[in-house]
Amino acid sequence: MYLMRRIATRNARPLELLYLALGRVGLALAPALKLCGLERLERPAAWFESWSKGALFDCRMCGRCVLSKTGMTCPMNCPKQLRNGPCGGVRQNGNCEVQAEMKCVWVDAWAGAGRMHRGGRLATLMAPLDHRLKGSSAWLRSLAKRAGDGDAAR
Amino acid sequence: MSVHRVGFGDSYRPREGHVSGGRLERVLRSGRFAVTAELNPPDSADPDETYRRALVLSEVCDAINATDASGANCHMSSLGICALLKAAGYSAVMQISCRDRNRIAIQGDVLGAAALGVNNVLCLTGDSVEAGDQPGAKPVFDLDSISLLDTIRGMRDDGRFLSGRAIKTPPRLFLGAASNPFAPPFDYRPERLAKKIAAGAQFIQTQYCFDVPRLRSFMSEVRDMGLHESCFILVGVGPLASSRAARWMRANVPGVHIPDAVIARLEGAADEKREGKQLCIDLIQEIREIDGVRGVHVMAYRQEELVNDIIHQSGVLKNRAPSIRAAGVTPKTEAN
Ligand code: SF4
Repeated sequence: MYLMRRIATRNARPLELLYLALGRVGLALAPALKLCGLERLERPAAWFESWSKGALFDCRMCGRCVLSKTGMTCPMNCPKQLRNGPCGGVRQNGNCEVQAEMKCVWVDAWAGAGRMHRGGRLATLMAPLDHRLKGSSAWLRSLAKRAGDGDAAR
Repeated sequence: MSVHRVGFGDSYRPREGHVSGGRLERVLRSGRFAVTAELNPPDSADPDETYRRALVLSEVCDAINATDASGANCHMSSLGICALLKAAGYSAVMQISCRDRNRIAIQGDVLGAAALGVNNVLCLTGDSVEAGDQPGAKPVFDLDSISLLDTIRGMRDDGRFLSGRAIKTPPRLFLGAASNPFAPPFDYRPERLAKKIAAGAQFIQTQYCFDVPRLRSFMSEVRDMGLHESCFILVGVGPLASSRAARWMRANVPGVHIPDAVIARLEGAADEKREGKQLCIDLIQEIREIDGVRGVHVMAYRQEELVNDIIHQSGVLKNRAPSIRAAGVTPKTEAN
C-alpha cells in the first residue's frame, strides 16, 4: 500500500536496525536451516517474504532485494523499475513523471537513505536484474550466500 | 545530393589517451568549447530529410545527436540516422534509451554502430511510453542508464558482453550520459552524476537549461566534488518558439523546467520567436562563463534553421579554425 510504503521510508532508520538484527538471527539459524534443505524452504520463505515485505514496502518480489541500499524504498515501484537512482523526469513537486499523484520512488529513497546509518548515498552500482529470480526468496538466497553456500547462492 | 563535410573529422585510430577516434572527444580533450546539436528525426524513409537537417547543424557543431524515439514518439531510429550521418562523413552521437530494447538488442546495436563508424554514444533511461504517441506500448527498461553505461564500458574496456563472452574487436566509443540538474531531488543530482561517472560516463549532456541560478548551484557542488575534472559537461540549451510553446513544453515534456520569468520575458516581447532565439543566445553566453562547463548541446525542436545563427551570435566558436566558423565553407582537410 502506498501509504504504508511511505511510512516505512520515513522510518528507514529503525527498519534498518530491524533488518540488521533479522540478518543476524538468520545467520545464527543458518546451520539448522541448511539441515532442513534450503530448497525445501524456498516456497514457505518466498510466501513469508512476499507477505511481510509486500505489506510494508509494496515489495514486488524481484528476487534481488536492495531495500537496505535504497533508503528502505522498493525501487520496483518505480514505473520504469530503475534500480540505480531517479530518471530525469521527476516533477518539480517531487512526484513521478509517469504517475503524477505518486511521489517519485527515488525522492523517497533519497530521503530514506539520509536517515539510515549504513544507507550510503545510493551510490552502489546495481547490476541489471536477473529476471529468472522473480518471485523467489531473496532473503534465503542472501542467507545462503552469507553462510557460504555457493550452490544455493546462485 | 551534395554532402557538406564540415562535420567531418572522425578518424579510425584514436589518439594517445583517447578511447575513440571521434572529433567530439578530440575537441573536448584539447580544451576547446564544444558544440553538439540534436537532430530532430524525420517521420520518413527518405534519407534526404535527414541530410537536410544535418546540413544546417553540421556547420556549427562537433557532433550531431541522433535521438532514440525521444519523448517516446516513434521516428526514424537512432542507429538508422547514425548510419546515414556516417555515410556522409558527419560525427554522430548515438542516443540509446533503455525504454524500447532489452540488453541483448542494445549490445548488438552498440557493435553495429561502432562498425558503422559511430564514435559516441549517449546512455539514457528514456521517457516513459505514456509520454509518447503510443502509450499502450510495452515499456522494457531491462537496463537503466547506469547499468547501460557499465555494460558498454565493459564491452569496450574488457572486450566482453554482459554475459562475459568475448568480443573479438571491441567497440571504441566515447561514453556519454545525461544529467538533469533541474529535477528533484536537487541535492542528489551531483551524487547521481558521480555515479554515472563511476559507471563509465566521460561526457555529459544536460537537460534544457532555462534556470541559470540552479545550474550554478549544481555546478558549484560538481566542482566541490571534483566531478568537472573527470567528465566533460555540455549544458543543454534551445530556442523557445513562443510563450505558448514554452508552457506546452513545461507541462508535457518530462524533465523540462521553465521558470515563470522566462515565460514572462517571451510574453513581454513584440516578436516572441525572435525573443526566444535571443534568450537562447543570452543563456549560452551566461552558461559558458560557468567554471567547469565545457560545451553546449543545442536542442532546437523543429527550429534547426536557427541553430547556425544562435551559435555564431553567441560567439562560442570565435577561437575556432575558420572551417567551423564560416558557414557555407567546405574545408578540404579538418583543422583539428
Ligand atoms: S520519476 Fe521517479 S518513480 Fe517516476 S519513473 Fe522517474 S525515477 Fe521512477
